[in-house]
Amino acid sequence: MLVQRQVRLAWLLVLPTLLVVVFVAGYPLAQVFYWSFYKADIALVDPPEFVGFENYLFLLRDPDFREALWNTVKFTVFSVSIETVLGLVIALIIHSNFRGRGLVRTAILIPWAIPTVVSAKMWQWMLNDVYGVINVIGVKLGILSQKVAFLARPELMLPAIIAVDVWKTTPFMALLLLAGLQLIPEELYEAASIDGATRWQQFWTITLPLLTPALVVALIFRTLDALRVFDVIYVMTGVNPATRTLAVYNRQNLIDFQDLGYGSAISVAILIVTFAFVILYMRSIGREALR
Amino acid sequence: MRRALFWLNRVLFYLLVVFVVIYSVFPFYWAVISSFKPSSGLFSPDPSFLPIPFTLEQYRNVFVGTAFGRNLLNSLIVAGGATLLSLVLGVLAAYALGRLRFPPKNAVLYIVLSMTMFPQIAVLGGFFVLLRQVGLFNTHAGLILSYMLFTLPFTVWVLVGYFRGLPREMEEAAYVDGATPLQTLLRVMLPLTGPGLVTTGLLAFIAAWNEFLFALTFTVSDAVRTVPPAIAFFGGATPFEIPWGSIMAASVVVTVPLVILVLVFQQRIVAGLTAGAVKG
Repeated sequence: MLVQRQVRLAWLLVLPTLLVVVFVAGYPLAQVFYWSFYKADIALVDPPEFVGFENYLFLLRDPDFREALWNTVKFTVFSVSIETVLGLVIALIIHSNFRGRGLVRTAILIPWAIPTVVSAKMWQWMLNDVYGVINVIGVKLGILSQKVAFLARPELMLPAIIAVDVWKTTPFMALLLLAGLQLIPEELYEAASIDGATRWQQFWTITLPLLTPALVVALIFRTLDALRVFDVIYVMTGVNPATRTLAVYNRQNLIDFQDLGYGSAISVAILIVTFAFVILYMRSIGREALR
Repeated sequence: MRRALFWLNRVLFYLLVVFVVIYSVFPFYWAVISSFKPSSGLFSPDPSFLPIPFTLEQYRNVFVGTAFGRNLLNSLIVAGGATLLSLVLGVLAAYALGRLRFPPKNAVLYIVLSMTMFPQIAVLGGFFVLLRQVGLFNTHAGLILSYMLFTLPFTVWVLVGYFRGLPREMEEAAYVDGATPLQTLLRVMLPLTGPGLVTTGLLAFIAAWNEFLFALTFTVSDAVRTVPPAIAFFGGATPFEIPWGSIMAASVVVTVPLVILVLVFQQRIVAGLTAGAVKG
């Protein structure tokens, strides 16, 4: 009796959230799948026309899509791996006992707190080809032989954007890894020291293996985030083909070209790429757990 | 020899620390400095690392004769609205999922969590059509609703964790005293989750305040448009002249409140961030 009433109340409490989920996620997602089989403009002015798999077939032949996919993969692989290594270094620094560790933790929270659009603008200004502080310092110190137009030369655009993303998101990585480090019992290190293991050996035999779960979670989070990257690229280089990622190309088709059908097909493709990565990670974790 | 090595190690370590701090802080410092310089100081071949000469002219340019004040208000309305709505919905759902007998608990949790998995861009077209259908395109309400996509699952997820961590005894005492589950939630459990609510709300607010893609796509007029797209399109007097000083001033205006919030609530934010992620 009492139990039944509790179950009923629970449904009542969960219901508003479920309704919102259906309304903001389920329904739009269903729309995207639906429209991906149509030729339609996003304002739905002309009557939509069912075209079957035509949008998907076009996508497979579209060199711009392929380029966007390749840009996305490059961005993801480079930004996530650099962020992981740098994040681990920073996490280890904060984790080691020294005066001023609080200061370091506070300092790294600043890039995290800054909106991506703002950080993109800040770096755009610092990377300015004539008055940017990076060019000024670089030339003064002799690192650069002359001023460089980082955001105008196609081969430098993506690396510059990756550098901005690394600055902005490494703190998040460091904080996640720091939480993982704090879970490793101190006794393990004491025991290893007594057995005569060097710091370096301790890192490889204790820290890294025990940090793996936190590392995997952080990697999944960052990879999913990097695969959908939009803000930093759109603000810094717009829809320039040299840096256009899947999300940028997707929005360009949907909104700028008003092409609901093809845009929706790209959205579905992004979902497939995302899930492929998730499954890839899940399988590698599964293997890790079996060992 | 060993001693020398020890000191060398220390020195290298502290050099690394100094490098990390400068690397993290310098870009923001540079934005602040640039926002206080007159144009002559900004566009100079040898820029000063201090705001000399000092001027507030850039800040005046940001606010006088522009929609930036309006954009700030819009951001406040949208981020505040999204935070409140997801906290209210999130508390109710999280209490049911964390404390009540509810058979399809895991199924619901996974549905909510799967929302965070798929990228915002993947629903952009569908959401655009939906907002036009229900007449919420280019409105605060429409934008708030779209933000539920990422603030709500996060809120539910973190709050379920908080509710689960609360001691059973207080709840049981309330039941013994004849309180209904709803009274127990409002009078006993909710006050106990206070700190959790603050952290969760703060993180949801920051996420909504910083959001760009939906704000860019679902708003078209300055009466509704929030700060991130406004900053992205900050124009000069002519298309050829980028007003870097004003852009930096606007950037500082939107970032300083966040940086202060983050510094004040540092411990909690770090705990909330990692709780949200590690449990995922």
